[in-house]
Amino acid sequence: MKFRLASSPHQHIRRDTGQVMRLVILAMIPGVLLQTWFFGWGTVIQIGLAVVTAVVTEAAILELRKRDFERALKDYSAVLTAMLLAVSIPPFAPWWVVVIGTFFAICIVKQLYGGLGFNVFNPAMAAYVMLLVSFPVQMTQWLPPVNLAQYSHNFMDALQAVFTGFSVEGFSLAQLKTGIDGVTMATPLDTVKTSLSQGFTYSETIERPIFDSVIPGLGVASSWISLGYLIGGLYLLKQKVINWHIPTSMLAALFICALIMSLVDSDLYPSSIFHLFNGSIIIGAFFIATDPVSASTTNKGRIIFGAAIGIWVYLIREWGGYPDAIAFAVLIMNMAVPLIDYYTRPRTYGHTSTKRKTKNKAQS
Amino acid sequence: MPNNYDDIIEKLDNNQLWDFPGGVFPAERKTLSNQTPIGKLPIPERLFVTVKQHIGVEGHLIVEVGQKVLKGQALTKSMNPFAVPIHAPTSGEVAAIQKHVSAHPSGLPEMTVEIISDQQDKWIQLNPLIDYQSQPKIKVLAAICDAGISGMGGAGFPTHIKSSPKKDVDFLIINGIECEPYITSDDRLMREHAWQIRQGIDVLCHLLKPKQVLIGIENNKPEAIEAMQVACRENPNYRICSVPTKYPAGGEKQLIQVLTNREVPAKGLPMDVGIIMHNVGTCFAISDAVFSGKPLISRVVTVTGEAVEKPSNLWALIGSPVAHLLAHSDYNPKLQKQPNVIMGGPMMGFNVINDKVPVIKTTNCILAPTDTEISSNNEQACIRCSACADACPVSLLPQQLFWHSKAKELDKAQDYNLFDCIECGACAYVCPSEIPLVHYYRIAKSEIRVEQEEKQKSDKARERFEKREARLIAEQHARDEKHRLAAEARKQAMESKGNNAKDKIAAALARAKAKKQAVNIEEETSVSKADLANDVIEAAAPNETTEASATQPTTKVASSNQRVQAAIARAKAKKAAAEAATSNVEVEVPSEVEVEVEVEVEKNNDKVSESIKTETQSKNQSVNAKEPAPHAAKPEPLKPESASSESVSEVTATKTATIAASKKARIAAAVAKAKAKREAQKAAETEQTSKEAPLAEVEDPKTDSSQEPVKTQEQQIDMKKRKIAAAVAKAKAKKAAEKADKSS
Ligand code: SF4
Ligand code: SF4
Repeated sequence: MKFRLASSPHQHIRRDTGQVMRLVILAMIPGVLLQTWFFGWGTVIQIGLAVVTAVVTEAAILELRKRDFERALKDYSAVLTAMLLAVSIPPFAPWWVVVIGTFFAICIVKQLYGGLGFNVFNPAMAAYVMLLVSFPVQMTQWLPPVNLAQYSHNFMDALQAVFTGFSVEGFSLAQLKTGIDGVTMATPLDTVKTSLSQGFTYSETIERPIFDSVIPGLGVASSWISLGYLIGGLYLLKQKVINWHIPTSMLAALFICALIMSLVDSDLYPSSIFHLFNGSIIIGAFFIATDPVSASTTNKGRIIFGAAIGIWVYLIREWGGYPDAIAFAVLIMNMAVPLIDYYTRPRTYGHTSTKRKTKNKAQS
Repeated sequence: MPNNYDDIIEKLDNNQLWDFPGGVFPAERKTLSNQTPIGKLPIPERLFVTVKQHIGVEGHLIVEVGQKVLKGQALTKSMNPFAVPIHAPTSGEVAAIQKHVSAHPSGLPEMTVEIISDQQDKWIQLNPLIDYQSQPKIKVLAAICDAGISGMGGAGFPTHIKSSPKKDVDFLIINGIECEPYITSDDRLMREHAWQIRQGIDVLCHLLKPKQVLIGIENNKPEAIEAMQVACRENPNYRICSVPTKYPAGGEKQLIQVLTNREVPAKGLPMDVGIIMHNVGTCFAISDAVFSGKPLISRVVTVTGEAVEKPSNLWALIGSPVAHLLAHSDYNPKLQKQPNVIMGGPMMGFNVINDKVPVIKTTNCILAPTDTEISSNNEQACIRCSACADACPVSLLPQQLFWHSKAKELDKAQDYNLFDCIECGACAYVCPSEIPLVHYYRIAKSEIRVEQEEKQKSDKARERFEKREARLIAEQHARDEKHRLAAEARKQAMESKGNNAKDKIAAALARAKAKKQAVNIEEETSVSKADLANDVIEAAAPNETTEASATQPTTKVASSNQRVQAAIARAKAKKAAAEAATSNVEVEVPSEVEVEVEVEVEKNNDKVSESIKTETQSKNQSVNAKEPAPHAAKPEPLKPESASSESVSEVTATKTATIAASKKARIAAAVAKAKAKREAQKAAETEQTSKEAPLAEVEDPKTDSSQEPVKTQEQQIDMKKRKIAAAVAKAKAKKAAEKADKSS
């Protein structure tokens, strides 16, 4: 009778990688629902396209690499990547944009680096930046929130728009983009950026309908969507899927930067609340920057990593060429992760410093 | 000390504790086995008592095969302080002393005493030490040692050594945490035998004199806490600390951190921070040993897991095979795909190799889980989630350790403090990719140990080699020194002689040199003398003033015939010769003989190397030729013709001489000088003879001409042969002179 031989520990926590990823996906649902509510079915269609592309790409590549793709697919990491990319893309962007982006994320950014756990960059964000640089027009055509749009659109419209560029009634994307005031809508961040450059003050700018929400200065849609993701993020924190370090330090850094600058000149620099709840800051802080593979792995490192992302976001938003900056900031900090990790090693029990104890070693 | 005693006490008084980083909360599953009192395991037929069950050295066996032993009889003995004896767990006969599978992860066979029980369980004479407080410490320690007590919680460190510290003890910590899931042996022991544990603590206090006793019990064992509180009620120095349940709070370092916030330095001992820790089981064993004289021959073992139908705690004799415990608890292997028995808990325990593995002093649990209770082997790629780092109680970075261990970058793994890992398994427990992290660390650690051992070996070898080298070098030095001294002594002894000899040689050399120089000078002076003589002669001759002026510089050159000035001399000679030639041409045009001679002079000047020689020659010749001229005022028409023919032949000769190597100019010059001298002498002679015999006038040039071809030949040949040639020439000249003499 042969006894089983295994290494301790013999017990294992009942949460594997797949479960972690599923929890993250679950936590995204409130945000996605709100996004769909405000921007129509386009978001769902994009997610569907991205997920299918991601799974097919991952399976094909794993098959080529002669890996067990069934098991790898069960970890849901490709699905999560696809979802994160899909919600960052304008809902009515042509279908090929999201397909190319997802393929790039899975094939180039993730698998060519060696698969899950080996990728240096956050796949979703790397793909987003690639798309933004390659297809700037398609990637910036955000629709007005449905309640502000001149023409309403249903699921079939969205489907048609994504695949043909026109809704069922034949409205073009440009028409769909038109707001109730007849003006083409831009995102709150764009709006502020352009109107500030046109000489309007910040307080004048936020009088516009797009900011017609409970708290002045918040884009209607984006504040609600941010709230949705915030709920999901807090759920992840509670489930200990993510640590508090990165979201907290990132939001705090952005908040402080914005606070300082708006105190300097509140006409030119939007408030901290504006910065936190517009654009993709919340989803970035809880879902993107916390991507375990490409983030820092030590607690101190995570704080540095998060804070640096917050600062970068602010810098790029205020002085950079792009209205939003999460993707760039995350990618920049991804590159710094090995360095951060190396210098933020925790002090081991019984050691007086984090430095290597060469003396101790010599003695032993 | 960073956390001083009073601060710690103050915090403890406020019922506050510290925390350690990380930690996990695995399902406890303790109720499986802690609901019933500790049962008694029947005496097995055969017991396998492993000789070495602790950290340290093993004793010598003092029993033989076939020998009858009584319960509690020592089987080994040693004078080594790190040796702890083993005892016969029951009465019976020693059936064998041989290697038997061991209670170790490797399962490697170890020396084991096999005892067949006679089922009478007859005790040996026991010697309790009830009045231990009036006994010297050493005697109490000896009693603990002789009872074979070693740490019963973890590694099995000899208790008597831990109980005789050299420094003051702030805290004696009694570890009743039992943080591993499933295990309840300490829990039940505390519940049922709190008083005896307390007595054991008393003994330890007598030995250690700690300022404070902290009894740490996890708050998931309220009954145990209560029992211990009751037992320790009247002693305010005994403090029961209810520690929050978190794995691995029972780790030595973690418990110290939780209770005192002190940290055992890396590679240090708890004693370094004024702390001694003992397990509750050890305290019980001490009390047994001191108050009833019983050695450590049985312990409480939790037999649990869903694959046993009657999980419980049992008093098991040390040496009972696992199979015996399992059988008693109704182990059902059908609930497992493959037989799977773990000795220890699910976090740090190890699989037994087979069911013949015996219970040893540190065995606290036999776990037979069903397949659903344990993790399957489903390793996936690390996703860098660092859940492991969050769980590590030692603040390591398990993920980095894993990368480096797996990649066999042992140096880097050590950089990340691999050896501070306590192998608690918290990291592997939380890893969502189910990587058996601890397994990788164990492999890396053993590889490093092997490497270090090898290094030590090679270091030793190198040391030996270096020592040998050093010795050889030292010997060589000594030898050399000896030789040197001897040589010096010899030298000194020979000092006078040797010196004289050397001096003599030097003197001889010096003299030789001086002589040479003198000779040179003499030669030179002789040359100049000869020249002067010539000059005098020439001056005596009318029409020769210009020629004399021309020859004088050359004479000067010759007399100051320094090597360095050779070139200058040559140049000067050239000039002078040129001058002489022109002047000669001017002045002596009328005399055809003179013209020939001058041509010859010119030619000779052309060949640089031969300048001096030829000049002297020409001089001589001119002397030769001129001499007759004034002498014989009536020149014969034939003579100039013959002379001209001579000069032609001479011109060709000089030309060929030019071809001859000019580098031998110096030798040639010297030779020439010598020749010149001789020729001068000869000339003088001939002159004399011609003077004496005017009839020899015609003959004279002939003798010259006969001399000349010889010379040209000699010039054509290597300069070396010049001397010979000169000698020949001399001889010929002599002959000629003789002839002339004769003819005259
Ligand atoms: S096994 Fe080692 S690395 Fe893992 S948690 Fe425990 S101490 Fe840390
Ligand atoms: S817990 Fe496992 S997957 Fe996560 S970082 Fe640690 S080793 Fe990697």
